[in-house]
Amino acid sequence: MIQFILLFSRQGKLRLQKWYTSQTDKSKKKITREIIAAVLSRKPKMSSFLEWKDLKVVYKRYASLYFCCAIEQDDNELLTLETIHRYVELLDKYFGSVCELDIIFNFEKAYFIFDEFILGGEVQETSKKSVLKAVNDQDVIQEEELEEKRSVLEDLGLA
Amino acid sequence: MKFPDLSMSNPVRLRELIRQIRSAKTAAEERAVVQKESAYIRDAFRDEDNTWRCRNVAKLLYISLLGYPAHFGQLECLKLIASTRFTDKRIGYLGAMLLLDERQDIHVLITNSLKNDLNNSNEYVAGLALCALGTICSPEMSRDLGGEVERLMKSANVYLKKKAILCAVRIIRKVPEQFDVFQNSVRSLLSEKHHGVLLTATTLITEMCQQNTQALQVFRNLVPNLVRILKNLIMAGCSPDHDVSGISDPFLQVHLLRLLRVLGRNDNEASDSMNDILAQVSTNTENSKNVGNAILYETVLTIMDINSESGLRVLAVNILGRFLLNTDKNIRYVALNTLLRVVHADQNAVQRHRATIVECLKDADVSIKRRAMELCFALMNKNNIRTMTDEMLDFLGTCELEFKSDCTSNMFLAMDRFSPTKQWHVDQMIKVLTTAGNSVRDDIVSSLIGIISSTPDLYGYAAHQLYKKMQNDITQQPLVQVASWTLGEFGDLLVNQQPQNEENLRVVEIEIIDILERILNSSLSTVITREYAINALMKLSTRFPNCSDRIQSVMTYYACNMNLELQTRAVEYTSLFTKHNIIRSSIVERMPVLISNQTSNTNSSEPEESIINSKENSPVNGKHEHVPSDEPINLVNILDDHIQTTSGTLNPNHSSSLFNPLEDPLFDFDTPTNPTTKSIPSMTAIDKNGIRMIFTFERDNTTLTINSKITNSTQYSITNFIFKAAVPKTFNIDLYPASSTTIPTNNSGDIQQIIKITNPNREKIRMRIKLNYQLNNTNMSDEAELNTFPEQCYN
Repeated sequence: MIQFILLFSRQGKLRLQKWYTSQTDKSKKKITREIIAAVLSRKPKMSSFLEWKDLKVVYKRYASLYFCCAIEQDDNELLTLETIHRYVELLDKYFGSVCELDIIFNFEKAYFIFDEFILGGEVQETSKKSVLKAVNDQDVIQEEELEEKRSVLEDLGLA
Repeated sequence: MKFPDLSMSNPVRLRELIRQIRSAKTAAEERAVVQKESAYIRDAFRDEDNTWRCRNVAKLLYISLLGYPAHFGQLECLKLIASTRFTDKRIGYLGAMLLLDERQDIHVLITNSLKNDLNNSNEYVAGLALCALGTICSPEMSRDLGGEVERLMKSANVYLKKKAILCAVRIIRKVPEQFDVFQNSVRSLLSEKHHGVLLTATTLITEMCQQNTQALQVFRNLVPNLVRILKNLIMAGCSPDHDVSGISDPFLQVHLLRLLRVLGRNDNEASDSMNDILAQVSTNTENSKNVGNAILYETVLTIMDINSESGLRVLAVNILGRFLLNTDKNIRYVALNTLLRVVHADQNAVQRHRATIVECLKDADVSIKRRAMELCFALMNKNNIRTMTDEMLDFLGTCELEFKSDCTSNMFLAMDRFSPTKQWHVDQMIKVLTTAGNSVRDDIVSSLIGIISSTPDLYGYAAHQLYKKMQNDITQQPLVQVASWTLGEFGDLLVNQQPQNEENLRVVEIEIIDILERILNSSLSTVITREYAINALMKLSTRFPNCSDRIQSVMTYYACNMNLELQTRAVEYTSLFTKHNIIRSSIVERMPVLISNQTSNTNSSEPEESIINSKENSPVNGKHEHVPSDEPINLVNILDDHIQTTSGTLNPNHSSSLFNPLEDPLFDFDTPTNPTTKSIPSMTAIDKNGIRMIFTFERDNTTLTINSKITNSTQYSITNFIFKAAVPKTFNIDLYPASSTTIPTNNSGDIQQIIKITNPNREKIRMRIKLNYQLNNTNMSDEAELNTFPEQCYN
C-alpha cells in the first residue's frame, strides 16, 4: 500500500500531498521536511529508492517536479515507478503537455485525477481512458452547475 | 502588490489568490497576503455564506498546502459535503480528505453524509463518498458503513464496484473483524472481466489472506483461477488501453503474482500448480524496459518464496544475475536486495554471479554499495576467502565512513571462519587495521589480541609486523592498541627472533621502548591506547632488564598524571618496582593462551584483568618455576584464588601478612566462594582411531572447568576437527572455541579446548560427545558416552 505521496519542486516547495495514514499535522510537516531534504540531496547517479524508517521511498523527477511515493516493505518498487509514470501520463493527457504551473494553479484538479487513479493507497483503475472519462464527466457536471448558477444570478441581477 | 478585495463584492477567485501569493517577493510578504485572506475567509465562514463557501474552502486548501493552519475550515467541508451541488461535494470531500482524519472528533459527523451519498443515484457522488471513506475512515466509520460498502461491492456498476472493493481493503485493515462482512462476496469478483475490478479484487484477497490464516486456506483453491487469468493476460495481448510499452496490464500481472506468492507459501500443492505459469512469465516477459523488469522482479520474489522446484529457483537467480548487469541502477539495486534475501538458501546459485556483485562495490549509489558489501560477505567461503579479502580491502580503502566499522567487523568474522593459514590471518588483520583507521570496533581489538595470543608460533612474526606498521603512523588507535599489547607481551621474541630475510631491520630494545613511550606521551592517543602502552612498558621491564630503570622513571613520571586511570596504574607499577619488586616478574610474565570470547561479547578493554582471570591450562608459561617466597604471598594468594592449578604447587595457607589485601581498598576483588585447590584426577574421554582426548578438571563449587587436550597418534594429520558435547537438562554447558581445528601427526601437537559445566544440583555428571574430523581426507565421526567422571567433579 502507498502510505503517502508528495510532489515538490526543486526548491523544496510542496505542490501536492496525499496521506493514507493518520498523522498529526506536526508529524506530517516533519516527515515532509525530512523526505524533501533526503530526496533533494540525492545525486543524479543514484537509484530512485531510499530507505526511510521502515518504508521504501520511490521518487522520480519530471522536469522541475519530484514525485515521491512511500511504500511498504513488501511492495514492488519497480511497479511503483510505473505507477508514478502513469499518474504523470494522466496529468499530461488532461492538461495537454502538463508543466508545474498547471499543477500549481489547478491543484484541486490534480487531486481529482489522483483520486480516480488511486484509492486508499492502492491502484483502482489501470485504463487511462476510464480514469480520464470519470474526471471529465465530473468536470461536465460542475460546468453545468456553474452555468445554472450564473444564469440564476444573472436573472436576479447579482452576477 | 495587490491585496485581496475586502469590499462587499465577490471574494477573490482561487487563481487570483494563487497569483498574488506567488508574486510576493519575500516570505514576509507572502505571510501578509495569506494572513489577510485567511482572516477574510474566517469571517466569511462565520457569516455562513453559502454562495462562496466552495471558493473559500478551495482557497483555504491551497493555503494549507503552503503550510499555514487551516483547521477552522473543517466544519465548512462538512457543510459542503452536505450540500446538494456536485461542485460543493467535490471540494468538500477533497477538503475532508486533506484536513480531517481519525484524530479529529469532528470527522464522525461525516458518517451521515457519507451514508446518504453512498446511496445517491449519481454514481460520481457515490464515488466521491467511497473515495473519502477509503482515505480517512476510522474504526467506528468502518463498522457503521461496512454494510453499505459490501452492498456496493455487489453493484453491477463497475465504477462503484472497484471503489467499494478498495474501501473494503481499507476497512479490514482498520477493523480486521469486518472480514466476515466481505468474505462471501469476494470470490465471484474474480470472474469479472473488468481490469479495475480484477485488480482491486486481487488486492482485497491478498489483504484478507495476509491477515487471516483461515482465509488463506479457503482462498488457496482459487489458485487455478488466478493462473488462468494471468495466462490470458499474457497470451491475449488485447486491450491497448491497459498496456504499458506493449505489456498487458502490468499492474494486474504484478498483483496476481503477489497473490500467488501469498497462497503458494508453505504449500506444496499450490506451489506445484504455479510452476508452469511462473516459468512462462519468467521466460516470455520483455526485459528491455522497467515495466517488464517490474513483472520479472515480482516473479522472482514469488519463485523464491514458495516451494518451487529447484530448476525454477535457478531460473530466478539467473534473472537476478541479468538484472545485475543492467545499466539501470534501479534494477541493480532491486537485484542486490533480493539476492541478499536468497543467498543463504541458494548460495551456490548466487556464487556464480560473485564477480558482478564485486563490481557493484564500486557503484556510486550508497544503498547499492551497502547491499553489495553485505552480499560479498555472505558469499565468502574457504575457497574464495583470499580473493574476496583482497577485494574487500580495496573496498575498505575507498568506501565511505559509514561502511567502515561494519566492513571491518564482517571481515574479521569471515577471516576467523575461513582463514587458510594463521600467518595469512594475522597479515590480513594487520592490513585491515591499517586501512580502517579508527573505524574498527572495540571488541575487534580484543578478539584480535586473542587470535594473536592463540598462535604461539607467530608471536615474533606478529610483533615484527605490527612494529613495522607502527613506525609509520601511531595515530590509528586500534592498530596501536593491538601493537602495544603485542610488543609488551612478545617484545623479547621480536628482538631475539629476527626474521631471516630482513637482516637490515634488526629491532633493538631501545627502539621498542621509544615507540611505546611516544605512544604514551602522544596527545593523539586516546586514554585507552595509553593504558595499553603503559601496560606494555611494564611488561617489558622484565623482558628487557637493561631498560628497567628507564621504564621505572616513566612510571614515576606518570604517577602524577592528571588522568586517574593512568595515574593509578603508574602508582601501582611504581610500587611493583619498589616495595614489591620481588613479584614483579611473576606479575608481568607471559600470559597463557587467552580464551578468546566470541566477538559479540565485548571483552573488557583492560587486558590487565586477563592476567588475574585467566586459567592456567598449559605449561607454556613459567608459573610453575616461580615459587614465591613467604613475604608477599598474600598478594599472590588473592590472585591465586582466581588462578587454580591442578598440581597445587602454591600453598594457599599463609601465616604472616605484611598487609591484608582483603582489607585494602586498593585491591577490591570479590572473595571467591569456595575455591577448591585439591586436585581432581584427570580422565581419558576417548581413545579411538588414534585420537586421544584427555580431560583435566578444575572445580569452583558448582562450576566445573574441563581442559580438554586432544592428540593424534596417527601418521596422518587431522583437519576440520569439530567437537560437540551434550549434557542432561539439569546441567549447563559452555564450549569455548578450540585452539585450532588441526591436530598434527604423531603426537607432535594438540588441540586444546575449555569446557565449562554448571552443575547446580551437584548431580553425577554425564556427557555425550561427538567428534567430526577429516583424517587423510576422509570424513570421520566418533561418538562416546562419558559416565566415568571422577567424583570430585561434582560431589
